[in-house]
Amino acid sequence: MSNPQQLRYSKEHEWLSALEDGVATVGITEFAANALGDVVYAQLPEVGDTVTAGETCGELESTKSVSDLYSPVTGEVTAANQDVVDDPSLVNSAPFEGGWLFKVRVAEEPKDLLSADEYTAFSGN
Amino acid sequence: MSTAPRLTALDALHRSLGATMTDFAGWDMPLRYASERDEHNAVRTRAGLFDLSHMGEITVTGPQAAAFLSYALVGNIATVGVGRARYTMIVEADGGILDDLIVYRLAETEAPEYLVVANAGNAQLVLDTLTERAGDFDAEVRDDRDAYALLAVQGPDSPAVLKSVTDADLDGLKYYAGLPGTVAGVPALIARTGYTGEDGFELFVDPAHAEQLWKALTEAGAPYGLIPCGLSCRDTLRLEAGMPLYGHELTTALTPFDAGLGRVVKFEKEGDFVGREALTAAAERAETAPPRKLVGLVAEGRRVPRAGFSVVVDGQVVGEVTSGAPSPTLGKPIAMAYVDAAHAEPGTEGVGVDIRGTHEPYEVVALPFYKRRK
Repeated sequence: MSNPQQLRYSKEHEWLSALEDGVATVGITEFAANALGDVVYAQLPEVGDTVTAGETCGELESTKSVSDLYSPVTGEVTAANQDVVDDPSLVNSAPFEGGWLFKVRVAEEPKDLLSADEYTAFSGN
Repeated sequence: MSTAPRLTALDALHRSLGATMTDFAGWDMPLRYASERDEHNAVRTRAGLFDLSHMGEITVTGPQAAAFLSYALVGNIATVGVGRARYTMIVEADGGILDDLIVYRLAETEAPEYLVVANAGNAQLVLDTLTERAGDFDAEVRDDRDAYALLAVQGPDSPAVLKSVTDADLDGLKYYAGLPGTVAGVPALIARTGYTGEDGFELFVDPAHAEQLWKALTEAGAPYGLIPCGLSCRDTLRLEAGMPLYGHELTTALTPFDAGLGRVVKFEKEGDFVGREALTAAAERAETAPPRKLVGLVAEGRRVPRAGFSVVVDGQVVGEVTSGAPSPTLGKPIAMAYVDAAHAEPGTEGVGVDIRGTHEPYEVVALPFYKRRK
């Protein structure tokens, strides 16, 4: 698998897109999706919620386990991916594309995020 | 445990297939190959191939093998015919369940011979307990864990898949029966048993032949859509079928009667057996004043109950989830749980599960969740 170069990554296995009009898109990496197994339920933050970098903001449930969802960035949620709520398997089939989770109006530039190459080395994938 | 995990004879093959491996009872086993939901559905609708070589095989032989097993286990092993199998349990003197087992009566050679199959995590304990209980009986208990690899073909198309690689009389092989035969050129004990709620076969073979057999079954199954399946889907398959798993629905704190499986205890058999006295009392308690009952729960929402979560009514804890998972067949989360008898009737209103602080509503249903059409 390959981690897209244009994204930045957290050590909790989330990705963050480049800002577009101050808004970034958040998802989980393919490595994380594979580790979870088939995702069957996604509880995402709601529009208007404030999320904080490094803190939990939802959960992803798979056949074998439930995992907290961490925000890689601080800001206000402007969208949650209803397609993923309706069909959580999108997280497995297209983690970097149709399986995105939520969008955030970024309040402060996130620190400590990894480049694609750094994340690949970190996750071993 | 600090010791390295044990590997099955198919380990390299699993890795070449890209399996996600997991530690299970000290064994490195395939959890899934790709999507566990696809694997689950393959077994429900077509066929799936499993490596179950972690299961613990123990051979019991000798003139008094039957009498010994009837003493050491709760079932009446003396009534198991040649080529038949029996689901049974081994309990402590206090009636607590040590393991659930399948006992196969193999073809008679000089003396009766039985194959006892224990759960991987309990195999050593079962072996030690049987050895200890063999005492004065003229019977030998032998550790055969390294003598067998175990492959399972499960699913509605499994008879067709297997027929294409064996001349054995599969049509004459009933559920819970086993016969020696040759599969894809490999000598095997062919048993019509499984843990998926589907028709299927379990093949006990020499580990040296495991890879050859796996490859032949993969090839024979390809036209039917057979795929390799891991332990993750095995768990959701058995849960849908309402089958108990040791460490979850069955523990030393429970008797077979507490687990709703009192039918495996045969009081009418000849001679004494370990646990008779305690189980007699347990049977009476289950009849007159059962504390808790094993029930099925079906979620109204999408959050999944997990083992250990509390079952609640009006904010009060009335039970505990023993197994839970999203059910691919029902499309909803399901669980098995021990629930106070007062709230255990199917259709009981107001039952919930505490999922990380939120009481999610659940419907109480009779087990199993899924039963195949025959």
